[in-house]
Amino acid sequence: MALRSQQPVAQRAAGLMPSRAISHKQVKVRQRRGHIWAVIFQLALFSGIIALGALLYNIVNQSFGYVAIINEIDPAELAVDGVPLNELPKDTLTRILETNISKGLMRRYENDMPFTERSRENVHELILERVVEPQVAATWSLADSIFARTRVFEEAKEKYPDSHVYFRSWLTTNFVSKAQSSEPLRAGVRTAIFGSLWVVAITILFSFPIGVGAAIYLEEYAHKERFLNRLIQTNINNLAGVPSIIYGMLGLAIFVRMLEVFTSGSFLDGGGDTTANGRTIISAGLTLGLLILPLIIINGQEAIRAVPHSLRQAGFGLGATHWQVIWHHVLPGAMPGVLTGTILAVSRAIGETAPLIVVGASTFIAVDPNGPFSKFTVLPIQIYQWTSRPQDEFRNLAAAAILVLLILLLSLNASAVLLRNRFNRNQANA
Amino acid sequence: MSIAIERPLRTEEGPNAASQNGMNRYAIEVGAMNVFYGDFCAVRDVSMQAPTNKITAIIGPSGCGKSTVLRCFNRMNDLISSVRIEGKVLFQGQNIYDVSVDPVEVRRRIGMVFQKPNPFPKTIYENVAWGTRINGFKGDMDELVERALRAAALWDEVKDKLQQSALGLSGGQQQRLCIARAIAVEPEIILMDEPASALDPIATLRIEDLMKELSEQYTIIVVTHNMQQAARVSDYTAFFNVDDNRTGYLIEFDDTEKIFTNPSQKSTEDYITGRFG
Repeated sequence: MALRSQQPVAQRAAGLMPSRAISHKQVKVRQRRGHIWAVIFQLALFSGIIALGALLYNIVNQSFGYVAIINEIDPAELAVDGVPLNELPKDTLTRILETNISKGLMRRYENDMPFTERSRENVHELILERVVEPQVAATWSLADSIFARTRVFEEAKEKYPDSHVYFRSWLTTNFVSKAQSSEPLRAGVRTAIFGSLWVVAITILFSFPIGVGAAIYLEEYAHKERFLNRLIQTNINNLAGVPSIIYGMLGLAIFVRMLEVFTSGSFLDGGGDTTANGRTIISAGLTLGLLILPLIIINGQEAIRAVPHSLRQAGFGLGATHWQVIWHHVLPGAMPGVLTGTILAVSRAIGETAPLIVVGASTFIAVDPNGPFSKFTVLPIQIYQWTSRPQDEFRNLAAAAILVLLILLLSLNASAVLLRNRFNRNQANA
Repeated sequence: MSIAIERPLRTEEGPNAASQNGMNRYAIEVGAMNVFYGDFCAVRDVSMQAPTNKITAIIGPSGCGKSTVLRCFNRMNDLISSVRIEGKVLFQGQNIYDVSVDPVEVRRRIGMVFQKPNPFPKTIYENVAWGTRINGFKGDMDELVERALRAAALWDEVKDKLQQSALGLSGGQQQRLCIARAIAVEPEIILMDEPASALDPIATLRIEDLMKELSEQYTIIVVTHNMQQAARVSDYTAFFNVDDNRTGYLIEFDDTEKIFTNPSQKSTEDYITGRFG
């Protein structure tokens, strides 16, 4: 083949194409150039991976590690007849509590729930909380705890002679299930998790139908050449790049102030938390909904545009109406793409802090949200608040809360991906 | 193959309808039709008549507007917003471009098969059933699907995998599925836009045989690049050419035999003998 083509080609292209030897060299050079680019791209990927690794390391490093605890009263002193505190029966525990705290506090506990109805674990917890009163004296990072263990113990012995040091995971089941508290050892993120879930649910309910609807209209019905439609399209693209805090201002002006009657729930005849003044979950959800609406619309349009034109024609050719083509062919074909866009947008919404600060998320709230009209906090706000505290141990709490946020985010994404894959499979099989 | 179709004729037949004993001699009559894309005239002054239950082929060089003309016959060009059509296209005496005519009904009665096989990403069964279902079919769907697939000479190949995805079929099978899908809604005319150009010679022959069979029941208008194909299958042939302004126009329309053996125009002869351009 090569021999056969060599002669005539050489004659025809004489003076234009390089000779074989030069051509061979040039191919080498061209290949090398391509190889250099491949290496550059690989380096780009590696730096991304390194950045991500550093981030994860930083978070995990702070979430676990040794802590030095100083107890007001050593639990060993509370042991009765040599039986340690955590093995005592409930009656003895109640008596210990009674002798160690004030009468007023005891009465308050009795009023909250009579001691006869409280469980042994509950009383035990109260003793730890009010009698033992552990305080964090110092914390160490995970890296220090593993690689400089002896130094940690020496330091603790030197600076905090009364303390005892143990390895603590700041991310515990208690951390997830407990409400916010000013005591770092007892603080939890349950309120923030519920707040985040409520807000995201409202965000999705608001922005998904409206976003997909707008995308369908813009792609399928709107006359693309018309000036008004071009204007709208350009502005949607611009809106996607507007800083999120500006959406916060918008939410504050519209949802919190103007629509206070609705967002505070007072139109429901005292159905809501009247002290919230519109700074409620629904205001936050709608604000974040506005924030991600342009993203959902743009992604939806791309997905709809990606449905092959031949499918639409096939539908029309059978005498289907425009709506039948959209409903039976365009939407099922576009759904995986629409869902991917929504996943990305919701991931952004769940991590947003700035607009929620403006809209008025509570920074300290120990009561679970009970509906769209209650006050709320969300995980990013909680993290932000903890990182701005002066005490070190709140930084550990923030790191643990970041882990919770990441897990929440990943599980939301995973469920959306599963949903999308099911769509894909249905498309292929049925 | 026995497809008994009751075809209710339109009641509002125009005075120009060339009806003989209730049956139109021509399925489509085109009179002085011009097609514009924006300001650009794509096809000018087309007048032709496609006889009922015959195969009419449209041939011509690339860019002469064959497909554009074909798509005018069932208002497929409506989907492109810049297209404007002048003149008249009579279907059973009714101008399908009248304001009172709904393009959805036109497309339901004048089916179309496209150049590239485009089955829906659904099951084979659903591909055939969908068109009839959205048109309000209430009868025995299984029977209808079988009938349509048999008519498209595909039944024996797919009867055991009706519930599998249509995308698993070969290109030729997919195209026959598209034909089955088109005839399932029982149209009166089937338009075919280069139906075999994406297929190998064997699959092409099968499609051609199928077209001949279907022409007993349906009027077929087929656009093709392949002159042998036009000569093999069609009863009538329209030859289009393109002028210096890139505007297509009809050179001549006649019996296929006459076009291929004794064309009245020089350019037709040049084209079919390969001396063109």
